[in-house]
Amino acid sequence: MMSGNCTSKKELLQSIDQVSFAIDDLLLFLDTHPREKRALEYYSELSTRRNELLKKYAKFYGPLTIDTGNDSNLSSWQWMEQPFPWEQEGGCR
Amino acid sequence: MWNYEKRLQYPVNIKTPNAKLAQFIASQYGGPDGEIGASMRYLSQRFTAPNRMVAAVLNDVGTEELAHLEIVSTIVHQLTKDLSMEEIENSGLGPYYIDHTVGIWPQSAGGVPFNACEFQSKGDPITDLFEDLAAEQKARSTYDNILRVVKNIPEVADPIRFLRAREVVHFQRFGEALRSVQEQLDAKNFYAFNPSFDAPCKASCEE
Repeated sequence: MMSGNCTSKKELLQSIDQVSFAIDDLLLFLDTHPREKRALEYYSELSTRRNELLKKYAKFYGPLTIDTGNDSNLSSWQWMEQPFPWEQEGGCR
Repeated sequence: MWNYEKRLQYPVNIKTPNAKLAQFIASQYGGPDGEIGASMRYLSQRFTAPNRMVAAVLNDVGTEELAHLEIVSTIVHQLTKDLSMEEIENSGLGPYYIDHTVGIWPQSAGGVPFNACEFQSKGDPITDLFEDLAAEQKARSTYDNILRVVKNIPEVADPIRFLRAREVVHFQRFGEALRSVQEQLDAKNFYAFNPSFDAPCKASCEE
């Protein structure tokens, strides 16, 4: 597994967290405002960005989602090897 | 059906263990207004939602609550890592330690185990949505109570503030969902019938 450098790994994860949270919030808004044009456009923009970032993360550091497992190195099962998010010793503490 | 993402909705990185805080905050995992109850409440209620909008809000908020119970569990886990026996015995965590070591188990701050009676699924959307609005406020108050205790510890306070803010957003969305139900009913008597039981077709899937 590519270890990469910790700063860019952290930064990439932070970008994923940020764009994903924007979607978490927006999807609830859209549930009750399903025809709000600006929100729909914003969703489309964020969703594209999130998918790109998740693929990039999988390629360099292993998959965060099962859908990006194929974007990572498949010489071993990285989905398992990826640290769980409550671990600190596996990250950059 | 769900897929897991191997990340937290909001990052948690606590470096200083604290047994007392862990016991307080664990209440938002399995306590009376905790995230397990929140998630199970909405995911159970959604089956008798009277329209697609209500089902969507219950489904998606219930799903987000799963991410919240993972954040709370992570806070408790990191607060109880590398504790000394002295701190465990002197902090009040002793009885919990005897039964669970420092494993994560759902109970209130006062030690009452989680049970399904902490939420209701009534099969009546007006009843259920009013419960949901109250639940979000009760959880918000609990996070306020926690914040008074942890406000000077940023590594703990930050994720708690995030969770508190989400309670406010969910309250707003449930209010809009309730309005969608009431708009499909007779404003002179919203309670003339249960739209999910007595006249399900009248109020289904228009939106």
